Amino acid sequence: MKLAFNIAIRFLKVSKLQTLTIILGIAVGVSVQIFIGSLIGGLQKDLVNTTIGNASQITIKNVDTGYIQNDNSLIEQIYTFSDNIKIVSETVDGAGSAIKNTKSLPALLRGFNFQNAEQIYEFSERVISGELPTNLNEVAVGSGVLEELGINLYDTFELNVPLIGSTTLTVVGVFSFNVSQVDSSWIISNLLTAQQVLNLGNELTSIEMQLKDVFLAEEDSVLVESMFVDAVNYEITNWIELNGELLSGLQGQSTSSLMIQVFVMISVVLGISSVLAISVMQKSKQIGILKAMGIKDKDASFVFLFQGFLLGLLGAILGVLLGLGLSYAFSTFALDNNREPIINLFIDYGFITISAIIATLASTFASLIPARKSSKLSVIEVIRNA
Amino acid sequence: MHNIIELKNINKIYGSKVKTQVLFDVSLAFEEKSFNSIIGQSGSGKSTLLNIMSTLDKPSSGEIVINGIQTTKFKKNQLANLRNETIGFIFQFHYLLPEFTAYENVLMPYRISGKKITKEVLERANELLEIVGLTNVKNNLAINMSGGQQQRVAIARSLINLPKIVFADEPTGNLDSRTTEQVYELLRKINEKYGTTFIIITHDRNIAEKADRIIEIKDGKIYMDIKK
Repeated sequence: MKLAFNIAIRFLKVSKLQTLTIILGIAVGVSVQIFIGSLIGGLQKDLVNTTIGNASQITIKNVDTGYIQNDNSLIEQIYTFSDNIKIVSETVDGAGSAIKNTKSLPALLRGFNFQNAEQIYEFSERVISGELPTNLNEVAVGSGVLEELGINLYDTFELNVPLIGSTTLTVVGVFSFNVSQVDSSWIISNLLTAQQVLNLGNELTSIEMQLKDVFLAEEDSVLVESMFVDAVNYEITNWIELNGELLSGLQGQSTSSLMIQVFVMISVVLGISSVLAISVMQKSKQIGILKAMGIKDKDASFVFLFQGFLLGLLGAILGVLLGLGLSYAFSTFALDNNREPIINLFIDYGFITISAIIATLASTFASLIPARKSSKLSVIEVIRNA
Repeated sequence: MHNIIELKNINKIYGSKVKTQVLFDVSLAFEEKSFNSIIGQSGSGKSTLLNIMSTLDKPSSGEIVINGIQTTKFKKNQLANLRNETIGFIFQFHYLLPEFTAYENVLMPYRISGKKITKEVLERANELLEIVGLTNVKNNLAINMSGGQQQRVAIARSLINLPKIVFADEPTGNLDSRTTEQVYELLRKINEKYGTTFIIITHDRNIAEKADRIIEIKDGKIYMDIKK
C-alpha cells in the first residue's frame, strides 16, 4: 500500500504538466461550485430577509373572541414548545381613522412590547426622526402618515376607532420601512396605549414570532397549535402558507443551484476518469514490469486510486482557495450605486467543506475505472506488445 | 545437483476459434546454479517457453515445478509472491521505471515484497550497482541513462531479492557487440558469485555458445540440447 502510494506520487510528479492540468481542472470545478453555491445562498438569504425578515413568521390569533388573554406565562410557554423559536412578541392591533383638522386617513394602530418587537421589526433602525414612543398616548407614525396628515414631529392628532371613540395621540417619532403600504398606514405605540385606545384590558390581539430556521415554520406552527387546549378557537398562520410562491421560488433556486453543481461535478469526474485512463495506457509498461516483479493486482490498482485521491485532494484545496478568491473579488468589485455588493454572498464553511470532500471522493471514484484497468492488465500482453 | 525448474509435457495453444499451437509437449529440466541458453528463430516458441517457465504465462497443459513447488494450480497472488521471491527478470527492453532512479529501480522488487528495508538490503543494492559498474550514476533517473546502462540496472534489479533463477529474454538484443560482451561477462560473474541459475534466450550464437548448456527450439519442439 505504501509502495503504491509512493509510485502514485512519483507518477504524478514526473508528469508535472498533466498533473497540474488535472488539478487545475478540478480546482475550477470546485471553485465554480463554491462560488455558485455562495451566490445562490446569498441570494436566498437576501430574499428571505427582505420578504419575511421583518415580519411575523408565525402569528397566533383568536378567531373566536378576537382577543388573547395576556397571561405572562403564555409567552414563556410558547418558547418551551420549540427550540427553533427566536422571539415571541405580543401585539395589539386595531384599525381606525387618523384625523388632523380636515384631513383624515385610514390607519392601523399597532401596540408592541418594543423590547421583543424590536427583534422582529428592527424599529430603531427604521426611525428617521424622533424616537420610539415610551409613554402613554405617545406614538410613532409612518412617514406617509405624517405627510398625508400634514403634521410634524411632536404634533398631536386624533385617532378615531369606530364604536369606541377618539383619542388624542402625540407623534414622538417617524419611521419608514420603505414599504408604502406600511409607511402610509402604521401608527405604533406601546402595548398600554394601544390597549387603552382600543378599550381593552390586559388583552392582546395577536402573538407574533420569528424563527431561527425560517424553513421550519410549518412544523413549528403545528407545535405551537398543540399548546392550546381550545385549539379550534385559535388561528395559527405561518409565512410559508401565506407565501407559497416565494417558497417554491426559493426551492426552484436551490434545485437549479444543485443541478449546476451536480453537472460541474460530473464533468470533473469524466475529465479525471479519462485522463487517468490514458495514464494507465501510458504507464502500462511500468505496471506490466511491476507485476512481473510480483506486485499484486490490488496494489497495481491502488497506484491509480491514490492518484485520483491526491489529484482530487489537491484540486479541492486549490478550488476552495480559488472559490473564496472569486467570492471575495465579486463582493469587492461588483458593487451597486451605494457602493454595496450587488449580492451579499453567503460563505458557508460547512458547504465549502462538503464540496471539497465530494470533489475528493468523486475524483477517487473517477479513478476506479483506470484502477480496474490497471488491475486487469496482463503482464504477458505488455511484454508481447513491447 | 538438483533441478531448480522442471517442465513436464508443456503445450501452449493460442486462440480459441483459430487455434495455433506454439509449444508441443515440451519437457525440460534445469539444474541449480547452471548457466543455460535457449536459441531459436523468431516464432519458434522460445519466448513463449520462457514466459511459461517464469509463470508470466500459463501453459494450455502440462506442469511446471519451480524449486520443488508445483505451480500449476497457483492463484495470481501466489504466483506474484513466487516470482518476487524466486525469480529475477531481465528483458530485452529492460523495462525500468523511468520515473525512478537507478538505485530505486534496483530496490523495487524488494519493496514489492513488503519487507522492511534493512541496512543489509541497501548495502546489497549498492554492491549490485558496483558489480554492474553504475555506482557513480546510481542517483540518475532511469530515463536519463543509455541503453547499456539501463540494461545493467535491470540486471542489478533482477538480483536484489537473491532469486534462485534469473530469466533473461534477449538481454543483449538491442545492445552493440562491445556492450553485449560486457553484459555477458557480468551475467557469468554473477552466476559464479551468487550461484544464480540463468536461463537466457538469445539469437546471438556467440553468446549462446558460452553457456553451459544450449537448447535450440524449432517449431515449438526441442530440436537440440547440448550440455558442455
